[in-house]
Amino acid sequence: MANPQLVMYDEEFKQINAVIEKLLREANAKVIFLVDKNGQLITGCGETERFDTTSLASLTAGNIAATGGLAKLIGEKEFSILFHEGEKDNLHISIVAGRVILVVLFDSRSSLGLVRLRVKKSSEELATIFGRLLQKSEEKEKSGESEFPFAEITDDDIDNLFS
Amino acid sequence: MSFINYASREINCKIVYYGPGLCGKTTNLQFVYQKTAPEAKGKMISLATETERTLFFDFLPLALGEIRGFKTRFHLYTVPGQVFYDASRKLILKGVDGVVFVADSQEERMDANIESVENLRINLTEQGYDLDKIPYVVQYNKRDLPNLVSVEELRRELNPTGVPDFEACATTGEGVFETLKAIAKQILFDLKKGR
Repeated sequence: MANPQLVMYDEEFKQINAVIEKLLREANAKVIFLVDKNGQLITGCGETERFDTTSLASLTAGNIAATGGLAKLIGEKEFSILFHEGEKDNLHISIVAGRVILVVLFDSRSSLGLVRLRVKKSSEELATIFGRLLQKSEEKEKSGESEFPFAEITDDDIDNLFS
Repeated sequence: MSFINYASREINCKIVYYGPGLCGKTTNLQFVYQKTAPEAKGKMISLATETERTLFFDFLPLALGEIRGFKTRFHLYTVPGQVFYDASRKLILKGVDGVVFVADSQEERMDANIESVENLRINLTEQGYDLDKIPYVVQYNKRDLPNLVSVEELRRELNPTGVPDFEACATTGEGVFETLKAIAKQILFDLKKGR
């Protein structure tokens, strides 16, 4: 079944940013991104202006999707951790809460071991936050509470986007 | 599935261009990229073979503007059309909000078109989607070439449910933006209805 829609609220957004900022410091990383498995960038911290973050998010999700396909072919559910080693910079990519991808870019100021250690702890914290987010969305939907921005839009609002 | 970020006031949606090999999916995106203002587009990514056949996907992010204070972003993807890339097509369809089926109007590609529509339906079903329920438009591309199938016949074979369809020539751009606007509108109306 398709994943339920991902909705991000202010409170959880701040909590998520706090977790990845702490991870950036503790892992001595250069940049950290959180990407939805469908290729949308959720948030990032560190030297993010150096990168085309939209492309990075899309390619990371494609990467995870492709290696996920490979995993299923060999009888695994998925490869939850990928590591790409470069000459100067390295990428550690991991799946959090089954639907979010955590990307850590680090260089020789850190190490794979340190990144793995810190990512493990942060992943648990992030999984809790995303679990709460999902619960919050489901509760809002059940209670019929709609802050949904598009509930009140008119045909003209949509047409004006294209004029 | 669209991503709504209340914190940064953004809505992100995914459109996938589907169709048989060499029907014009990548050409559609290339035309959109060329004609879109720099501030409204991101970099176009093409993961292709040396002979420029799409290997995994093309990707083009577009910013359409604001609705009710929310920035509306569309991510356009194409799938590889060649038959043996089916595993990749399934992956690219994940999280789709709307599909554009690009048909090759040439007579000799009719079977490939039909096979591709069936493949689309099957792959969507595997992901938990129903082609008859999601935003979907059809484009009859290559209307400038000889050996054309009539639009009536294309419609009969490829669009029996009567979703919005458009004639196009992606190399010159005819019909490209009309198709894109139609699918984007459908997605937005769907989002509006869904809540």
